[in-house]
Amino acid sequence: MGLKPKVPGLVKGLGVTFNTMMKTFTEGAATVQYPHEKEAPTLRARGVIALREDNCTACMLCARSCPDWCIYIEGHKELAPPRRAGGAPRKVNKLDRFDIDYALCMYCGICVEVCPFDALFWSPEYEYSEPRIADLLHDKDKLGEWMETVPEAPELEVGADKKGKK
Amino acid sequence: MSLDTMLGDRQKLAYIASQAADARLNVELETEGMTLNIGPQHPATHGTLRIICRLDGEQVVWAEPSAGYMHRGYEKLTEVRTFPQVTTLVNRIDWLGSFANEVPFILASEKLMQVEAPPRAQHIRTILFELSRIANVGLFLGDLGVQMGAVTPVFMAFRDREYVLNLIESATGGRFHPNFDRIGGLLNDLPKGWIEETRGVMRKLRNFCTEMEDLLFGNEIFQTRTRGVGIIPKDVALSHGLSGANLRASGVDYDLRRDQVLPMAWDKTEFTVWTHPDGDSFARCWVRLMETRESTLIVDQLLDTMPAGPVMAKVPRIIKVPEGEAWVSTENPLGEMGYYVVSKGDLGPFRVKIRSASFNNISIVPWVLRGVYVPDIITILASLYFILGDIDR
Amino acid sequence: MLAVTIPYWGQTLLRVLGGIVAVLLPAGTIVYLFLFKMMSFMQSRLGPMEAGPYGSMQLFAEVGKWLQKEDIVPGRADKYIFRAAPLIVLVSTFLLVVVVPFGPDAYFTNFEIGVFYMLAVSSISTLGILIAGWSSANKYSLLGGLRAAGQLIAYELPMVLAVVGVVIQAGTMNLQDIVLKQNGGEIFGLDWIGNPYILTQFIGFAVFMIAVQAELTQVPFDMPIAESELVSGYMTEYSGFRFLIFFIAEFATAGIFSLIASALFLGGWGVPFAWFGWDNVGDISNWMNIVGPLIMFSKMMLLSFVIMWVRFTYPRFREDQLQRFAWKVLIPVSLVNIMVTAILKVAF
Repeated sequence: MGLKPKVPGLVKGLGVTFNTMMKTFTEGAATVQYPHEKEAPTLRARGVIALREDNCTACMLCARSCPDWCIYIEGHKELAPPRRAGGAPRKVNKLDRFDIDYALCMYCGICVEVCPFDALFWSPEYEYSEPRIADLLHDKDKLGEWMETVPEAPELEVGADKKGKK
Repeated sequence: MSLDTMLGDRQKLAYIASQAADARLNVELETEGMTLNIGPQHPATHGTLRIICRLDGEQVVWAEPSAGYMHRGYEKLTEVRTFPQVTTLVNRIDWLGSFANEVPFILASEKLMQVEAPPRAQHIRTILFELSRIANVGLFLGDLGVQMGAVTPVFMAFRDREYVLNLIESATGGRFHPNFDRIGGLLNDLPKGWIEETRGVMRKLRNFCTEMEDLLFGNEIFQTRTRGVGIIPKDVALSHGLSGANLRASGVDYDLRRDQVLPMAWDKTEFTVWTHPDGDSFARCWVRLMETRESTLIVDQLLDTMPAGPVMAKVPRIIKVPEGEAWVSTENPLGEMGYYVVSKGDLGPFRVKIRSASFNNISIVPWVLRGVYVPDIITILASLYFILGDIDR
Repeated sequence: MLAVTIPYWGQTLLRVLGGIVAVLLPAGTIVYLFLFKMMSFMQSRLGPMEAGPYGSMQLFAEVGKWLQKEDIVPGRADKYIFRAAPLIVLVSTFLLVVVVPFGPDAYFTNFEIGVFYMLAVSSISTLGILIAGWSSANKYSLLGGLRAAGQLIAYELPMVLAVVGVVIQAGTMNLQDIVLKQNGGEIFGLDWIGNPYILTQFIGFAVFMIAVQAELTQVPFDMPIAESELVSGYMTEYSGFRFLIFFIAEFATAGIFSLIASALFLGGWGVPFAWFGWDNVGDISNWMNIVGPLIMFSKMMLLSFVIMWVRFTYPRFREDQLQRFAWKVLIPVSLVNIMVTAILKVAF
């Protein structure tokens, strides 16, 4: 144990770089050649926010809780036919405009968290950069399109209390 | 077109005034030797720090840091935000180990609300805290190589840091800014398979620490560059308010994880607090290397003893913290970070004072840079390890 | 020996073209293979892959990029000297390559004092670096230039003294004769190894390689450039074509010093003559003129590999530690080497 000569640090350093070089040569690099191969982000990754319009009641909770105030909501009240015949007409909120300005968005997730009606979801999509900043304002329809990319919530770890919430 | 014809009178006056101010500064400083500005744009400072040095040949006669180029007005911003929004903002102070910034603020708010997070949440908080420490100091080890001139260690640091960032992303959703801590617990629980994955990553990071030892710390050239350079004695370190690894490298045995009782899971683990008697640059770097390895061991212990249960205590949906003031500080990767939260019972804090570690750490720069050579400036700044977001907030 | 007689102007033209190839080919190969690819592999990444297959056209892309940049001269800089500095460094590189032998008849010139000329001419680049640092009106460049002056002059001495050992053992300063002596000789009575001077002059070889690393301002001796402190040291204010000249000169000089080291220590363009049964210069076949440059090239790649490997692994020395290393360690060691060589040469 004590008979092994101590290798000077200079030589050990050269050994480390040489080994890394041989490892890259034989096993491949640690990097991913981006446009040709892509790494999939994790399921919970905060890429873009998707809107499920049916659930949204224009309660404005998300717009109020955004730290950047990047959500623009406009809605109006309408009279819908009563549920049962002979009843009073119901007042429902109708959503006119729901824009998220991704040039301002901090990707914090507070809006998704506070929505009481489960209308907002996170999706791991990240490749939506645009040459014009104005195109980064996603309107209702575009946010609805992102819904297709929203993954199922992952199962929770051993010992967790409840099933995964979305 | 000369300058005169393009500017209005007011602009001309402003221009002359700024030139006069600069001239005054130059006249004051330039009585002997050369005045060199290190920064604000410089490859060696971690961001926009400006250090004004008066040199005599290659030796520094006088040095002063001039911070503030990255001031973002955090404490003012928090006055007009609600508590969850402040958590989002605060992630961005020390952006390399960002979960660690949320924790003292949340703990202070929980102290005011008299709420304690359930044990599972405390465990996961501590694990994520240590993961941020590993991510932060892992980058430091790589960056140290670049400051010294070795270009290879930084790539290994980034490569191995990816694993930690992927772990944090799979749990919280954000690689750099997790925004996962909430008053009363955490946003969500861990996904399936996270514990096994973390164990594997900790093994890889221990290999990384050994690799750094062989490549950088054992290198005789590195040792010649850092041993005996920038020695900070114990009393000077304490009087200037250094904290974290800088303090422990001067021989002071002080670690907030062990020395104070917080609702976190550190008291359920056993770990060594590494100190070094020398107080030179090598000591500071060495202590951080040892701490990284120690963090991986702490995470392993916490993974083994993870309790089952909920991750969120019973808190109302809309959080209004009752009136009061609370101070909590923790052992962050950069040093001691603390938050003094003053609440008047609103949705958001009335005033938050952020005690960031790097701001106090660079107060020692004028003292320690006297009489050193220009290359040693870089060595000392690298070993003190500050992050601009932390200095300027 | 050639079947055709080429007029003198034709020979000069061939020499000029050969000189350009001999400077640019090592530079290009070292930059692509070592700077782009080997450094990347050591850092677990693949390096440039987009320009051409496996990034082979990256070098041309880079040259094109540098060429089309704006020609900036700082306002307060000394214009003529600022513009002249890169050219001085490049001229010294071209002057250095003429004395390297590539084959029994494939050489540019056959100086009797080849080694002396080589050592003298390699110092011209010091002047270029110094005036580059001084004439850019920039405090960082000034610091880089001052450091360069001290370092390059300090490391001239170990280089000279290391080569003196080889000259004593060979008995001549003519590089072609040194190569012939190495390949024709024998050591310990074994003539199939030849007599490469690295076996007897290993101390001289080590000192020479360290001095070469310092003369090229490569890490661990790159205080004049010191990327993380002085941005680019004396090269900070240079951009576009002028920076390209510095860049080419740096890697071309690395290649040429490797060529010289392989000629002095590793047996140059030849393989031990005993393999083919040649006894003297006249016996060497003509095909050696074609194979010789290839052998030189491969030996150059080997030595450049070592230079670059050390460059990518180690941190850098501080200026005073650098000087201390040169004056207190390398010069005494090389002086002892000379003494021992002289004693052994006289004794045996």
